Amino acid sequence: MVDAVKVFRNATLSSGEVVDIAIQSQDILEVGKNLAVSGEDIDCTGLIALQGFVDLHTHLREPGFEASETILTGSRAAAKGGFTAVHAMANTAPVADTAAVVEQVHALGVAAGYVHVQPIGAVTKGLEGKQLADLLKMNKSRARVTVFSDDGKCVFDSLLMRRALEYVKAFDGVIAQHAQDPNLTVDAKMNESQLAFELGLTGWPSVAEEAIIARDVLLTEHVGSRLHICHVSTAGSVEIIRWAKARGIKVTAEVTPHHLLLTEDLVKDYNPVYKVNPPLRSQTDVLALRAAVADGTIDIIATDHAPHTADSKDCEWGQAAFGMIGLESALAVAQTTLVETGLVGWERIEQLLSTNPAAISGLDRHGKSLVANNPANLVFINPTAKTKVSDQSESKSSNNPYVGLELFGEIVHTVFEGRFTVKNKLVQELNND
Amino acid sequence: MKHLLSINDLNHESALEILNLALQMQQVNTRDIKKLPALNGRTVANLFFEDSTRTRISFELAAKRLSADVINFAAKGSSVSKGESLKDTVQTLEAMGVEALIVRHNHSGAVNTIANAEWSKASVINAGDGTHEHPTQALLDALTIRQRLVGSTDTGDLSGLRVLFVGDILHSRVARSNLLLLKLLGAKVSVSAPATLIPAGIHSLCENVFFDLDDALHQGFDVVMMLRIQSERMNSAFMPNSGEYSFGWGLGDSRFASLNPKTVIMHPGPMNRGLEISSRAADSEQSAILDQVTNGVAVRMAVLYKLLAQEQSNG
Repeated sequence: MVDAVKVFRNATLSSGEVVDIAIQSQDILEVGKNLAVSGEDIDCTGLIALQGFVDLHTHLREPGFEASETILTGSRAAAKGGFTAVHAMANTAPVADTAAVVEQVHALGVAAGYVHVQPIGAVTKGLEGKQLADLLKMNKSRARVTVFSDDGKCVFDSLLMRRALEYVKAFDGVIAQHAQDPNLTVDAKMNESQLAFELGLTGWPSVAEEAIIARDVLLTEHVGSRLHICHVSTAGSVEIIRWAKARGIKVTAEVTPHHLLLTEDLVKDYNPVYKVNPPLRSQTDVLALRAAVADGTIDIIATDHAPHTADSKDCEWGQAAFGMIGLESALAVAQTTLVETGLVGWERIEQLLSTNPAAISGLDRHGKSLVANNPANLVFINPTAKTKVSDQSESKSSNNPYVGLELFGEIVHTVFEGRFTVKNKLVQELNND
Repeated sequence: MKHLLSINDLNHESALEILNLALQMQQVNTRDIKKLPALNGRTVANLFFEDSTRTRISFELAAKRLSADVINFAAKGSSVSKGESLKDTVQTLEAMGVEALIVRHNHSGAVNTIANAEWSKASVINAGDGTHEHPTQALLDALTIRQRLVGSTDTGDLSGLRVLFVGDILHSRVARSNLLLLKLLGAKVSVSAPATLIPAGIHSLCENVFFDLDDALHQGFDVVMMLRIQSERMNSAFMPNSGEYSFGWGLGDSRFASLNPKTVIMHPGPMNRGLEISSRAADSEQSAILDQVTNGVAVRMAVLYKLLAQEQSNG
């Protein structure tokens, strides 16, 4: 049986060109003006069509922390945010440090069916920073892991970091570093600043991030490997990465939506929804990060979607968990901070949220241009929508720092492997056989 | 004003109002019968998640002198040590009808959390939260300074007085509250400490920062406030050892001898005699350390009176 054809009429590509996009089964059938293809017509006048988004940094919490999120609920939130692929971070319980765990995560992603769930493997066993995890076995498993990270913790031991960078060269893997010198951030609870002093909160100094990035780009150069920097948060980090790239070092970098929009001033009432690691920084840092996104120093936007139960945020600042959710609002924050400010156009947004993260991870069905025969992973955006963020979420958790803010841009449809996962802003109930 | 969480909750007028109320309370404290009926029938809880003797009994005495019923809830030996959350504890006291929570907590901002959450309708008074603030300590210090240097019954502010804080500024909630309050009242505040204990951004909050205490003392100050140095600071490389700290920043006998005899010496207590301050300095005529303790009761009576008797009858 031949699957029905869907034709998305009058959608605007990132180039600005207005086209019809026909898809069939899991692939794009044809892209062009006034396609003479019959099938289900979907009017996309005024909507921007982009490659489905790819998140390189998602905490899906399963296995182990299903009270905060499951692979199913996280996948639905991802689809709602226009994502067709997410990378599940390794800090689960058990830790994703063996082939068995990454295969399980991968299988649960397939069962959920909303996005491609690509597991990230731990760099070190148990995230303990002492001994390498089963990197090769995870790579050769059905989950085909290429990105390795101890995210939540820094791979602090220089020798271990060097060995990890060397080891993954065998299969073109990449180490995604959570850059945080643990000794410089003992008990750290917010950005080190005058405000931190006034609030009596131990500071998390910029140099704790920058010193690790500086070390790791040099190690990467020395061993000729590939490094990715998670959640870059400071102006100084941007300078180091810019220098490293100019030198030809194979380093890529991500910024989170929250570090592009929010600043440390929000901490002043000790509302734990703003407690995140790395912490919210100054406006100077925010502007430097936006400029780095525009000039190519920062390659991708990744959410660091970090769901937490209500209890772990309904308490004093010092007790509260670090992290905020972000899958559903990623595009709106990106549009508001980067497009509406005139810093970048939609082609760059497509690179930041799709092409580049897919390339870093080596995904073969994501981040591909919207032309005939490529995979039908797409997202349709209404760029003129301006909506107040509500506290409703597909995520199991509600630690959303954007509630009440007015943001531009709204996901209207998400298509994953030829199927609607979101249609007219509604997450679809999938009939998975 | 429902809560007193930070000196930022006060302005020049309300800060002076509390100091002047405290003057009236001092009168009560000199009577044979040291009791006012102002808070008769009201219930106040001392909710202490961190060890404290002097602040707790000072608040307890203040509340009792205003005829309030006082409950003491210390986290040690209570259900908090069994893992009960802050929320559960506060909701429990709310359910029992407590009208004011005097809170000491090891986490900065825990008092703000209690005041901002919808767990309780009680007034919250900060009795010291982490390394954030200790507003009643700053108020009693301001009253002490005014009585020593301006006049025992004066009702004005501290314009033009020069105050030096010495020691662990970075971790001191007393220093934070004092920097804010003394500035609000017109005093000029400077600090002296090893650079490791000087926080980022301090320059916009004070007149001068002296790494060298002798340079500072050479400038001449009306008040020198010595801060307690915690022994755990030695283990985190803030300073090499206690001997080095005393050598550089302690108010030892020779530094004390070189002070202008009119300079008032203060310390929020408890003191490490021989470390940040010598006994000769602490026990001298110039020392106002016991005045601070005495004034603590009056200031806390004033705060309780303002929050519970005045505001709640007005509103």
